[in-house]
Amino acid sequence: MNPDITRERENATFDVEKLTHILDGGIEKTKRRREIESLVISDPDFQSEDLNFLSRSERYDAAVKKSAQMILKLREYGISDPEEIYCYKSVFRGHHHEALVLHFIMFLPTLYTNCNKEQFKKWVPLAESLKALGTYAQTEMGHGTHLRGLETTATYDPATQEFVMNSPTITSIKWWPGGLGKTSNHAIVLAQLHTQGKCHGLQAFIVPLRSMNTHIPLPGVVVGDIGPKFGFDEVDNGYLKLENVRIPRDHMLMKYAKVEADGTYVKPPSAKLTYGTMVFIRSMIVGEAGHALAKSCTIAIRYSSVRHQSEIRPGEPEPQIMDYQTQQYKLFPLLATAYAYKFVGQYMNQVYHRITGDISQGDFSELPELHALSAGLKAFTTWTASAGIEVCRMACGGHGYSRCSALPDIYVNFVPTCTYEGENTVMMLQTARFLIKSYRQASAGHQLSGIVSYLNESERRLQPQSVSSRPTVVNVNDLASLVDVYKLRAARLVKLAAKSIQQELQKRVSQEDAWNNSAIDLVRASDAHCHYVVVKLFAAKLGEMGDTGIHSVLSTLALLYALQGIQQHSGDFLQTGLLSVPQLSQVSQRLKELLAQLRPNAVALVDAFDYRDEMLNSVLGRYDGNVYEHMFEWARRSPLNKTEVHESYHKYLKPLQAKL
Amino acid sequence: MNPDITRERENATFNVEKLTHILDGGIEKTKRRREIESLVISDPDFQSEDLNFLSRSERYDAAVKKSAQMILKLREHGISDPEEIYCYKSVFRGHHHEALGLHFVMFLPTLYTQCNKEQFKKWVPLAESLKIIGTYAQTEMGHGTHLRGLETTATYDPATQEFVLNSPTITSIKWWPGGLGKTSNHAIVLAQLHTQGKCHGLHAFIVPLRSMNTHIPLPGVVVGDIGPKFGFDEVDNGYLKLENVRIPRDYMLMKYAKVEADGTYVKPPSAKLTYGTMVFIRSMIVREAGRALAKSCTIAIRYSSVRHQSEIRPGEPEPQIMDYQTQQYKLFPLLATAYAYTFVGQYMNQVYHRITGDINQGDFSELPELHALSAGLKAFTTWTASEGIEVCRMACGGHGYSRCSALPDIYVNFVPTCTYEGENTVMMLQTARFLIKSYRQASAGHQLSGIVSYLNESEGRLQPQSVSTRPTVVNINDLASLVETYKLRAAKLVELAAKSIQLELQKRVSQEDAWNNSAIDLVRASDAHCHYVVVKLFAAKLGEIGDTGIHSVLSTLALLYALQGIQQHSGDFLQTGLLSVPQLSQVSQRLKELLAQLRPNAVALVDAFDYCDEMLNSVLGRYDGNVYEHMFEWARRSPLNKTEVHESYHKYLKPLQAKL
Repeated sequence: MNPDITRERENATFDVEKLTHILDGGIEKTKRRREIESLVISDPDFQSEDLNFLSRSERYDAAVKKSAQMILKLREYGISDPEEIYCYKSVFRGHHHEALVLHFIMFLPTLYTNCNKEQFKKWVPLAESLKALGTYAQTEMGHGTHLRGLETTATYDPATQEFVMNSPTITSIKWWPGGLGKTSNHAIVLAQLHTQGKCHGLQAFIVPLRSMNTHIPLPGVVVGDIGPKFGFDEVDNGYLKLENVRIPRDHMLMKYAKVEADGTYVKPPSAKLTYGTMVFIRSMIVGEAGHALAKSCTIAIRYSSVRHQSEIRPGEPEPQIMDYQTQQYKLFPLLATAYAYKFVGQYMNQVYHRITGDISQGDFSELPELHALSAGLKAFTTWTASAGIEVCRMACGGHGYSRCSALPDIYVNFVPTCTYEGENTVMMLQTARFLIKSYRQASAGHQLSGIVSYLNESERRLQPQSVSSRPTVVNVNDLASLVDVYKLRAARLVKLAAKSIQQELQKRVSQEDAWNNSAIDLVRASDAHCHYVVVKLFAAKLGEMGDTGIHSVLSTLALLYALQGIQQHSGDFLQTGLLSVPQLSQVSQRLKELLAQLRPNAVALVDAFDYRDEMLNSVLGRYDGNVYEHMFEWARRSPLNKTEVHESYHKYLKPLQAKL
Repeated sequence: MNPDITRERENATFNVEKLTHILDGGIEKTKRRREIESLVISDPDFQSEDLNFLSRSERYDAAVKKSAQMILKLREHGISDPEEIYCYKSVFRGHHHEALGLHFVMFLPTLYTQCNKEQFKKWVPLAESLKIIGTYAQTEMGHGTHLRGLETTATYDPATQEFVLNSPTITSIKWWPGGLGKTSNHAIVLAQLHTQGKCHGLHAFIVPLRSMNTHIPLPGVVVGDIGPKFGFDEVDNGYLKLENVRIPRDYMLMKYAKVEADGTYVKPPSAKLTYGTMVFIRSMIVREAGRALAKSCTIAIRYSSVRHQSEIRPGEPEPQIMDYQTQQYKLFPLLATAYAYTFVGQYMNQVYHRITGDINQGDFSELPELHALSAGLKAFTTWTASEGIEVCRMACGGHGYSRCSALPDIYVNFVPTCTYEGENTVMMLQTARFLIKSYRQASAGHQLSGIVSYLNESEGRLQPQSVSTRPTVVNINDLASLVETYKLRAAKLVELAAKSIQLELQKRVSQEDAWNNSAIDLVRASDAHCHYVVVKLFAAKLGEIGDTGIHSVLSTLALLYALQGIQQHSGDFLQTGLLSVPQLSQVSQRLKELLAQLRPNAVALVDAFDYCDEMLNSVLGRYDGNVYEHMFEWARRSPLNKTEVHESYHKYLKPLQAKL
């Protein structure tokens, strides 16, 4: 054990193990999680070379192998609870992705929810036994966000009672679905349904892609891998071009909408049902944002405690780099953010499950709010976390750039959350739409409930006042007071955006143009709203903490989170007259004090996340702090070191020397 | 040609070709640059498969091959002017790096400047004919920024007149130098010189690493590749562990310091000489920041003009995504930044060459200021450009994540500039040290000259005043007025940082602790200083432009750059009382107008950077806008598509299906 990191742990002022229990949701859950993690870690079948040393084809190969093994192991261990499966897979994947992921999170669930009885009986057993390996093909080369723009067609032919599937243009080629390229033999394909000469919009169809015997693509199916990406090397994101592919009528998923034998189209009863899955996936992404940032902070903070560099006081030994104020200012707010997002993720998961219960009983009332909130929070957390991972990486200096730090992998595998499952700016504008609608309702005298109830007060309390005449009641040391300030900021920025739309309308442009011409303000309002929600939930979480030591250190973190947000957006708080210039100087001063206050607990706070070395897979983030020996050992395994002299010497350099 | 992008070009209000001449520094230079580019592009020897399809070993192999070819080609074409070589290499490398990079930018120049006469005669011909392939080994596993902390030792043994080189600890292993792992047979090694029982600090030694015949590492030399990284896949960044390696006395570079035969150490005359190279490299990095951002904007803006998505007005066709205000707000300020950094890079290059002339005549007076400025500007521009590349990438939606967009390559190959050649935070603090020193001189009544002369006024003009009583003379439509505002912001933030140090000193802490406890404020002051310099240089550049159309569009860009900086740092401008709340609302409004105003010229402005398709190597950034067909064509070449059925199906999936 590195003596520096031992000393850090000795200086902690709280019980790390207890905080881990809180993060897991109880001591029993921690215990069970560790059991499951040990199953993977101690399993000799899962020992493999660092994926970074393999070619892409080898990485894909390794991912398929692991996925196949895992399915058998989960059965063997009798792990079937979704939370436990998630936990098992988290260890097993590290920062990467599994080959069959879309089969389990999209193909199977869609079959469960969208098959009618006969279809269920036919397809579910095939899919559960992996005879049918499936994926979900929605996005096209030319169409992502805007579902109505998708071009793939399914035209019903009553003569044969078949649908004829086509990709009529280059832009209509299905593009991106995971597992589509090489792995899947079936796909649920979203296509525009044409029957009896009319288009009825998007419907889902089960399309066989490859022979279930030979795995060779079927006639009319042009399928393959879309090529290397920033990350996700293990995954065969694919393309799919359909050329007059015929499928039987009952390959359309018919639980809701139907096409009858003669081609008559029967409408589905309600459209709201699809909201649920989106909300679920987005709340998962918020949790992942917390995870990714927590891992990155673990690596950067542990490394900062064992890395010594330069000097603060001349003549003294080089200090740990964590002693530099600038290093603390980079890392500690991100540590606070990681905690915040973990708590927000937990909250969203709970709300989702509660509301799912309501929905099963036919109560959709809370869905729009949750839907809007999940959109904005997905964007808010993924943007911040992505930028934060890179800050952590660069805070490790040059070594962060090595794949042995694991930080490049964490970044490239997390950052697509900013563009998938709803592009972030689009998500922000979705939340803004809900906020503006709510604001208008409040202005019209309706009493709002739920998280936007603060907009009720907007007309009454938010009259513009000059900074000087306004009583400054904000206490920058009191979290409740800061939650209130964030709330007022959100209220004012929503109002500002609404006013911007109003002004545009006065120029006699259309509603839609007015919206687009105010989009910058709308995103800003959404951002402020999400920020308020996060600060509020973090503060609320503190109320649940009984242990004094933990309550104290988390309160410091929460205060740091809130004050750093104010400092970063100081313009907003000054512009809206919520804080005065002297108060902002206090905020800066207080921030520095909080950094110093957190310094002794930094390592303990990342230890509490409890990521095993095998999960972090980072030389810099090792629990024992013995960074350098292991970096050397890792480097020596680099494929370029397999031979002392690389073949290129004989091929190019020696001949070149002869010519000069 | 895609009709959308043709229409964009028709709508431009200025002459693109003329702007290209300005960027190149004259019509003749544009012509010559294009000639050189054509030499590379039309050369059949340089046609190769996309590097993204190759394994790392294959990429390294390809890079060595290209480097070897290039050396012969440059001779063949008679290209010897450094600028022209740079131009040739820029095309040839794309976004990547060459295998022999450090031989040419560090090894040879160090020999030129630090060899004495006899050494020059011996080593330079060997290095120029590439009998010796060299690199520059300074950074160690445990030591980067702080040169005095380096641990490698060179101990003089008068008995044999040799130096004995050792890596005494694991942290002392040389780590990171490019070309060290497999390519080089010699290195200039920086080591602590010990002679006659005393340590004389760092000196440079030529150390043979590999046999010049067989390329096999010599006894005592443990050398290899440090393993895969975020980018730079083509480069064999290496490690070097020296175990009692003996080299003759005259392998120490002795132009300045010397060790005589009996071991007597002779001191060098001056230490300032090494400044020059650092300043040069940093000014090159600023230029690269402009280029990386210009390339990224070219890709994102061209793609935004051909990509259609969603709807602004219901029922109308999907608009070009560049019509969304949020998209403009992401991209146009970055476009303005790319122009700004390009001009700043040109300026620094000119100043460097001017000052180099002075230095050769013994005049070092301007060096400290340029040194301080280059440090801060390197950090300021690389941070912004790195973030900006990622914004461009994500502005391309999902397709930005594909390697075919080229944006992942641009990012990973540019982002290490934030941590190499001086870690950015350290660089910011270096500039801050100069600013604080200057501030104190001004406070003591000395009259400052040069770029920091604004600190002269600080005592007189910068008394805190409340917002209401201060006359607001700023005209947000006038660039000169905005330059003035940026200047005052810098002055106030330097003053604030100086005061923070003062406050700390009053707590009776040491100077050094006071400095560290104010480091956040110091970085903020440096940042404001650099921002001022960039705005000022951009404004100054406009004065040189005669063409009305070009002057007009560049003025819009410069205004956008200045106003967006104000909006992003609105807290600073409000806090320092330089702008009022109503003025900030004007800024927001004006920004939106400027975005709309730039919209028709966006494609033309990136066209003017004149990156040919072969250099961009981006499917999304193609000049002809025919994105989708080429994306499909690129994907089909993916190595995973070499076989219809991947071997993993037979190895894992089929057996799995049999077991379930």
